Amino acid sequence: MTTKAQTNGKKLKHPIDKYIRKDSYPNIWCPGCGIGIALQAFIKGVNIAEIEWNKVVVVSGIGCTGRVHMYLNTDCYHTTHGRPIPFAIGLKLMRPDLKVVVFSGDGDLFAIGGNHFIHAARRNMPIHVIAINNFNYGMTGGQGGPTTPTKAKSTTTPLGNYEHPFNIPSLAASCGATYVSRWTTMDIRRLKFSIAESLQKDGFTCVEVISPCPVSYGKTNQIGDVCDEMTYYMEAEELKPPNWFTYEASNPDDISLGLKTKIPVGKFVDIDKKNFFDMYQEIYSDHHTKGRASLPTKTMETEG
Amino acid sequence: MAKPSMLHTNGTRIPIDLSKHVIPRGEVYIIDDRCKECSLCVEFCPKDILEMSERYNKKGYKLPQMIDSRADECIACSFCEDICPELAIYVEEEVAV
Amino acid sequence: MTKPVLTGKHFLYGNHACAEGALAAGCTFFGGYPITPSSEIAERMARRLPEIGGIFLQMEDEIASITAILGASATGAKVMTATSGPGLSLMLEGIGLGIMEELPCVIVNVQRGGPSTGLPTLVGQQDMMQARWGSHGDYAIIAYSPFSPQECFDLMITAFNAAEKYRTPVIFLSDEVIGHMHERVDIPDKAEINSQLISRPMFNGNGAEYLPFLPNENLVPEFAPPGAGHAIRMTGLTHDDAGKTEVNSQRQEILVPRLKEKIERHVEDITLFEEFHVDDAETVVITYGITARCAKGVIGDLRKENIKIGMLRLISIWPFPDYLIKDLMTRVKNIIVPEINLGQIVREIQRCATDDVQITPINYAGGSLPGYEDLYTKIKEKCNDH
Repeated sequence: MTTKAQTNGKKLKHPIDKYIRKDSYPNIWCPGCGIGIALQAFIKGVNIAEIEWNKVVVVSGIGCTGRVHMYLNTDCYHTTHGRPIPFAIGLKLMRPDLKVVVFSGDGDLFAIGGNHFIHAARRNMPIHVIAINNFNYGMTGGQGGPTTPTKAKSTTTPLGNYEHPFNIPSLAASCGATYVSRWTTMDIRRLKFSIAESLQKDGFTCVEVISPCPVSYGKTNQIGDVCDEMTYYMEAEELKPPNWFTYEASNPDDISLGLKTKIPVGKFVDIDKKNFFDMYQEIYSDHHTKGRASLPTKTMETEG
Repeated sequence: MAKPSMLHTNGTRIPIDLSKHVIPRGEVYIIDDRCKECSLCVEFCPKDILEMSERYNKKGYKLPQMIDSRADECIACSFCEDICPELAIYVEEEVAV
Repeated sequence: MTKPVLTGKHFLYGNHACAEGALAAGCTFFGGYPITPSSEIAERMARRLPEIGGIFLQMEDEIASITAILGASATGAKVMTATSGPGLSLMLEGIGLGIMEELPCVIVNVQRGGPSTGLPTLVGQQDMMQARWGSHGDYAIIAYSPFSPQECFDLMITAFNAAEKYRTPVIFLSDEVIGHMHERVDIPDKAEINSQLISRPMFNGNGAEYLPFLPNENLVPEFAPPGAGHAIRMTGLTHDDAGKTEVNSQRQEILVPRLKEKIERHVEDITLFEEFHVDDAETVVITYGITARCAKGVIGDLRKENIKIGMLRLISIWPFPDYLIKDLMTRVKNIIVPEINLGQIVREIQRCATDDVQITPINYAGGSLPGYEDLYTKIKEKCNDH
């Protein structure tokens, strides 16, 4: 049976079509790749948070996730490998009125871009990182990375990874992020609400999204196809209570990830702390105006 | 209107104002050319109302469809819409007359 | 001090003059990392930028610095960073991003002895070729070389103007001696400076029609800032006029030659030079930067001995002014090229030469200026040889 749309000739329009560049679809991601799920959650998250799309600027790095710049219908800047965060900082400092989002992958953000991540978190720079973690470098063929679990296989760890991976939420939390959460792409409702929450924070936020990579990581580690992998997410998830990561009480290892082990998810950190602008303002209150949005160039008329 | 057969009868309490509630009904639409046959929608529909069809799109991917006999059971939860990486499936809630 | 333009007479460090030139040009963002011998520029900007409503941020490394200034430039701001050889090496990939995304910025390289850590506190002119060829891929770049603190001020304004006009990174090749030299710097009125300032071409039309990389008649695209409903796409991948990624050779054939041509077509507009006793010269010393200061004294003295020698000082280095050098070589057949490196710009000059032109490099490995006696002897010897 065909869907009604085919039989009555109704024009098909996905509810979030206006936020994507339709002409670029179908997208380049593999069948079963979770990046598209995270992208949809992001778009819906922005709408839940009622943020004006004109003000949403997305900066992405190199890798599969970095290719979001091809699909989002808003200002998108695609940088060199590992460098979306400093680019985002430059944008945010000169245009504090913009909602600056960094949408990138595990290798881009935590290997080559690791230094920028920790310093942006340290500064509590109000940019919003959405870190898609598929445990490998997908775009370049499935090499291991800083989040590849111990013993997991990849093209550069063919007999299994012999290193400890990063625990992204604990890294972000220990560096000073004010909102840190981890979800899987199975957690679509909590993910979009968490993204909405993170966008409303006036500090450095990091939402880690565990995502299937069935063509490289998933296949190499015999996780099965995307349905198998998502079933594993569903079964392996452990929801931690909100604001779980208080330094005194919790052991960061409790939220670490392993190969085919439990996946602790949740909103680990949600605190309020002076952000970069607050701190800057305290020192430079005589000189600098917070929230300065005008520049020595002409501002354009907004469309519509 | 909710059919009695859809309700749990294993001892779960039934709200006394149940007759006032309308379980939403939805219609699922597929944007053929975007689908990549990942099958997440079929696999995870909580009401099991989707199946893979015999239709193919331009790229050779098989497309999902609503199961004929279960089409009325779509409750417009939009899980298929949210879980689709390709924005190839969406749900419209039908307004009861 | 709350004004961007400190009109008046000053006795300034070259590095401080550089900072003041940037502020006078309208710079509102500096993202940088300390490195000898350029740190004074950062320190001055750290003090001055907040005073005028701009922002200074010390980044975690040079790569963050170049990327942050590109992000700031993407909002429309005039931006700069300052570094030395090792830092410029780190920034090279970022410079490529600035070229591909056509984001104006000024990168000051206060050169020191290299390679590697080299001579952190001592002079060199060893990054001249790196400025042109350092980043990967095909491209052209604009670079200037000051020879005094006054020129550090004036030429920074020129550098910012060129960056904006051609929407490109511009490299400012200062060196440790100029950077640390105190000399008189005259700063004109703000109005006079403002009348010379150039800003990037701006898009004035309807939001939906904006194509971020559609070139104008100068091969430069019009700019629009984010947050204005244009849904701008900028990427370092090969792209079309709309910023849409197009990874194939057909698009490459359109985009990359245009980026190179954008600069090289305008070589005559960009080229700056100074001539000293060149009109009737039989020998010409072609040089730049601090070496020109050393050579000028020697040439003056040789002239007193009635030797027909002159100096062509290159102020803009890239795009290299082939036309200028070739024209000189129709009249002058004896060229001497002193540099505080093992032969860099001399290669460009050799490239321009016909067989009848003799070109003599005089090289210094770095760490000190050419000594007067040494330079005098070597130059005179070459005048006599001819």
